[in-house]
Amino acid sequence: MTTPHAVDRRSFLRVTAIAGGGLLLSAYVRPLHAALNTVGEPIADDPFMPNAFIKIFADGHVVIIGKNPEVGQGIKTSLPMIIAEELDVDWKSVTVEQGDSEPAKYGNQAAGGSTGTPTNWDNHRRVGAAGRALMVAAAAKTWNVPESECATASGVVTHTPSKRTIAYGKLLAVAATLPAPDLAKVTLKDPKTFRIIGTRVRSVQVKEIVTGKPMYGIDVMVPGMYHAVFEKCPVFGGKVISANVDKIKKLPGIKDAFIVEPPAPPTSGPQAGQQALDGLLSGVAIIAESWWAAKTARKQLEIKWDEGTTASQSSESFAAAAAALSKQAPARSVRKDGDPDTAFASAAKKVEAQYYYPYITHATLEPQNCTAQITKDGKCEIWAPTQMPGPGRALVSRTLGIPEADIIIHLTRLGGGFGRRLKNDYMVEAAWIARQAGVPVKLLWTREDDMAHGHFRQQGWHNYKGGLDATGKLVSWHDHSIMDPVAATEFPARFVPNLEISYSPITNGIPTGALRAPVSNGQAFAHQSFIDECAHAAGKDPLQFRIDLLSGPAIAPPAQGFAFDAVRARGVVELVRDKSGWGKKSLPKGRGMGVAFHFSHRGYFAAVVDASVGAKGALTIHKIHIAGDIGSQIVNANGAEKQCQSAALEALSHAFGQQITITNGHVLQTNFDAYPLLRINQVPPVESHFLITDNPPTGLGEPALPPVIPALCNAIFVATGKRIRSLPLGTQLNA
Amino acid sequence: MPVNLKVNGKSVSVDVPSDMPLLWILRDVLNLKGTKYGCGVAQCGACTVHLSGVAVRSCQIPASALSGATITTIEGLSPDGSHPLQKAWVDIDVPQCGYCQAGQIMSAAGLLARNKKPTDADIDNAMSGNLCRCASYHRIREAIHKAAGQSAGTAAAGTNGKSE
Repeated sequence: MTTPHAVDRRSFLRVTAIAGGGLLLSAYVRPLHAALNTVGEPIADDPFMPNAFIKIFADGHVVIIGKNPEVGQGIKTSLPMIIAEELDVDWKSVTVEQGDSEPAKYGNQAAGGSTGTPTNWDNHRRVGAAGRALMVAAAAKTWNVPESECATASGVVTHTPSKRTIAYGKLLAVAATLPAPDLAKVTLKDPKTFRIIGTRVRSVQVKEIVTGKPMYGIDVMVPGMYHAVFEKCPVFGGKVISANVDKIKKLPGIKDAFIVEPPAPPTSGPQAGQQALDGLLSGVAIIAESWWAAKTARKQLEIKWDEGTTASQSSESFAAAAAALSKQAPARSVRKDGDPDTAFASAAKKVEAQYYYPYITHATLEPQNCTAQITKDGKCEIWAPTQMPGPGRALVSRTLGIPEADIIIHLTRLGGGFGRRLKNDYMVEAAWIARQAGVPVKLLWTREDDMAHGHFRQQGWHNYKGGLDATGKLVSWHDHSIMDPVAATEFPARFVPNLEISYSPITNGIPTGALRAPVSNGQAFAHQSFIDECAHAAGKDPLQFRIDLLSGPAIAPPAQGFAFDAVRARGVVELVRDKSGWGKKSLPKGRGMGVAFHFSHRGYFAAVVDASVGAKGALTIHKIHIAGDIGSQIVNANGAEKQCQSAALEALSHAFGQQITITNGHVLQTNFDAYPLLRINQVPPVESHFLITDNPPTGLGEPALPPVIPALCNAIFVATGKRIRSLPLGTQLNA
Repeated sequence: MPVNLKVNGKSVSVDVPSDMPLLWILRDVLNLKGTKYGCGVAQCGACTVHLSGVAVRSCQIPASALSGATITTIEGLSPDGSHPLQKAWVDIDVPQCGYCQAGQIMSAAGLLARNKKPTDADIDNAMSGNLCRCASYHRIREAIHKAAGQSAGTAAAGTNGKSE
């Protein structure tokens, strides 16, 4: 099996005795760059990347550091599982501690792009294996026997010939005198012998969660702390002209109120004169003894705004621009194979359609928040629920002018991320407000702030043309997208001989960002629905049509990058076919099964949705079947099941009613009454299956989501004959 | 205004603005952080607590309505996490991000207090006011059934919810 990351020759392990008689292993590993970084966020590439800590105590207790932010994806459980496996200790002897944001110690710490598993799988195994090797060496020295005669299990070394045993905790003094094993040369377990990896392991903080222990950013308390609210211009990019802060300061419980004037934006370059919408923006901060006092005072806040140019933009204006652009030649060609125009003109059957998906927002249930204080020595200490502490530190540093080395970031658990907390706007706001107020501050956004100041999933229009030959084979494909560009490698690129992907932008001031399965969550709906239209036009079974497409001749993939593997895609389509009973059942009128597949974040996923639509348009989803290929190993089978369920149900939330509407440059929706999340009474069964293949293990936070929406819409088509070409579903089925 | 109330079995007195919601009295005055803020408008259920044994949204109950009230929060549901729902939640490993779960458990506890063997429809009715952004709903349902002593297995053993 190949691994995605080689270990640098300079990797080494440091052994340190720690107070209280324990032993600390800090491992320095340098992973190669992630082959695919779909989130578009920087992945640090320091010369040395220390990745993990193991602490072994005399009583056999083992502490393993979870280095990445825990947003609910289960990484705080699964990464330490990898270390514990190779260390060869029992999971019940392990306690997991959250690492602070310390790039010099842990290297890159990020929760994004489903990268946690693929970028740490190999180095976390080596970290654990090095710890085991050290224990074996210490036991061999103690007994004066060859290391090759020693075996380990459950935190105990056994001298096999004599059957002598000694626990790791009894070897610490000897181990501390030994040279550290070479991480590049440590022996890794045969995966067939895994006892922790691949099992169902419970989340590490579940007991604290069910007893209400404080652990989230919103729960942070710092001595002398005040509470803050921050009002920004509802129109994106707007600025404060004036505000009645003197009146606000006199209200009950208020400590301070002031206008935040961010440093001037760059004077040159592409962002000249523009404040980055994910940085510090102009607004008014209110600091109070309680958050309620701050929020109450805010009702009396009167701000005169310079709304700026985005005030002229709206969902309607974007739709009008998209309609106009759809009739014009595309602004940019992304990819062109063969002669798509001629092939389409001479096609036996032509299919044309426009698809649309709206802006949507993350709506993490824990609203954005952050706690910050400027210490007496001028350092900035931050407690942040962030998915990306490294870029957050850089943002605070350049905005406040504090060196990165003087910014301490503690990572809290996150009440959801979904990509929203890849941005660190709340972090820089808290740091700035704490400095300006001169006291430690916990900034908490209201839900309304959170809805108004999102970084939305990009909306997009796709103008498709598909040409079929007399045998029903897809011979030409056009996708002219508006606002949301399609990658040159996106399926069906390479699998249709005559193909053009093109793109036209619309200049706008609406902030966008990665939202769980970014790009894919909207585009898979459009691509896989239109492929379905082509299949039906061809008179083919939609699932077999996809298999045929994946089985045909393909244009060679690019030499660089992470190539789409048709064999793996076909594998999950066939698996979901078999598991769902596709084509085996005769379904009553008004009921249908739809299929779709998508490759994203290194994972291959197919979905079949079985749904009925009643007389008045009532939609019932009988079951969602998911099949995925994320490589040779599921790290935590329990967590994997949760991620599949979560992704499938999030897809339903997107599909059913979610839409962010822009009116006069601001967001229309303000709370969950207008922005519905799925509720328990709407939840269908979700069944997930994995295809285990000889590929490096990859992440699961995102890739199960994209195929579910098109599979649903394709099922609706079978059930009703109505093709859903626009999200959300809303009342479309009632018409 | 001064308010006397009983929280998790203890009598407490607070002096707060009359419109301050119970949610913020719990979180910022009494330092009980388990009850969460999600929406402020009774749409999400993250702030669910018991008022005289009934599940309510604490973001909607002002101090002026609290005099003499008896409140139970997630911290007081059991002394040691031993409430059948808490045990079931751990056994089945319900949470993902976990932020909504205190509210979910308090709503479920309110349900079980009046309905020892809830059906799926009963669960839908009682729990549809509690949002889980991670959509851990299959396991929430399973955990409620398990706590009610009518589970046909656990999610940790590989089932996928049974809401059809």
